[in-house]
Amino acid sequence: MIEVGTIVETKVFWIDRDLLKAYANASGDQNAIHQDEAFAKSVGLPDVIAHGMLTMALVGKFVTDFSGGSATVKEFSGRFTKPVIVPAGEKVDLTVSATVTEVVGNDVRLDISATSAGVKVLGMAKALITMAPGR
Amino acid sequence: MLNPDSVGRTFTGADVVTVTQSEIDAFADVLGESDKSVAPPTFSIRITLAQSQQLLSDPDVGLDWTRLVHGDQKFQIHRPIVAGDQLRCSSTIENYKVAAGNEIVTVRSDLHAGGQLVVSTWSTLVVRA
Repeated sequence: MIEVGTIVETKVFWIDRDLLKAYANASGDQNAIHQDEAFAKSVGLPDVIAHGMLTMALVGKFVTDFSGGSATVKEFSGRFTKPVIVPAGEKVDLTVSATVTEVVGNDVRLDISATSAGVKVLGMAKALITMAPGR
Repeated sequence: MLNPDSVGRTFTGADVVTVTQSEIDAFADVLGESDKSVAPPTFSIRITLAQSQQLLSDPDVGLDWTRLVHGDQKFQIHRPIVAGDQLRCSSTIENYKVAAGNEIVTVRSDLHAGGQLVVSTWSTLVVRA
């Protein structure tokens, strides 16, 4: 039973440099700050950072795992509050959880939390989904 | 700096982008999504980013894409994108302000298939001072 206050179980995604390269190719966003450490540092970043839209895409996967597939999302939004920093040779976490804030028929609104290394990386993250049959 | 006359203008792309199954597969694979019958919810960024960048790089618009940071993003999805969709992008600068020397631009991009609106996206882009 999904009702206001229902908590969607926390899920952890792991992000590494290989995933950034795969996402760059899949999305067409080849900005060097997501692949080239020397370039990232030259523009004042601490290290290579993940594409904000990769973070959002993984949060989207979290949402659709709950709602029952990619076709269920009607609205999805978020603010890129801090970058996900991805050092060479490391896997960094993207830890996602959510709370149900509204239920109207099969339509459900979620408030989503997303952190990496304990830091909030996506603010004001919200989704409106239509639960798939049987969910 | 952005040309103030650009605010409120809509730029419609000349290109119709045909979505392929292999593009959907590649995007879904990155996310570990096994159902590839429809595109993941954020897939449209693949199209709108390139299209709106092309449209808004017009010298008359004056947006400096080299110093750009993505501030926030919203999707309104009317139906999922599927392979074979032929999408045309139109981008509108909905809002523009300058704060502490940074330019803050909100761009709305609509993807239409024929006459049907498929996805609307809003991107807030910050051009750092």
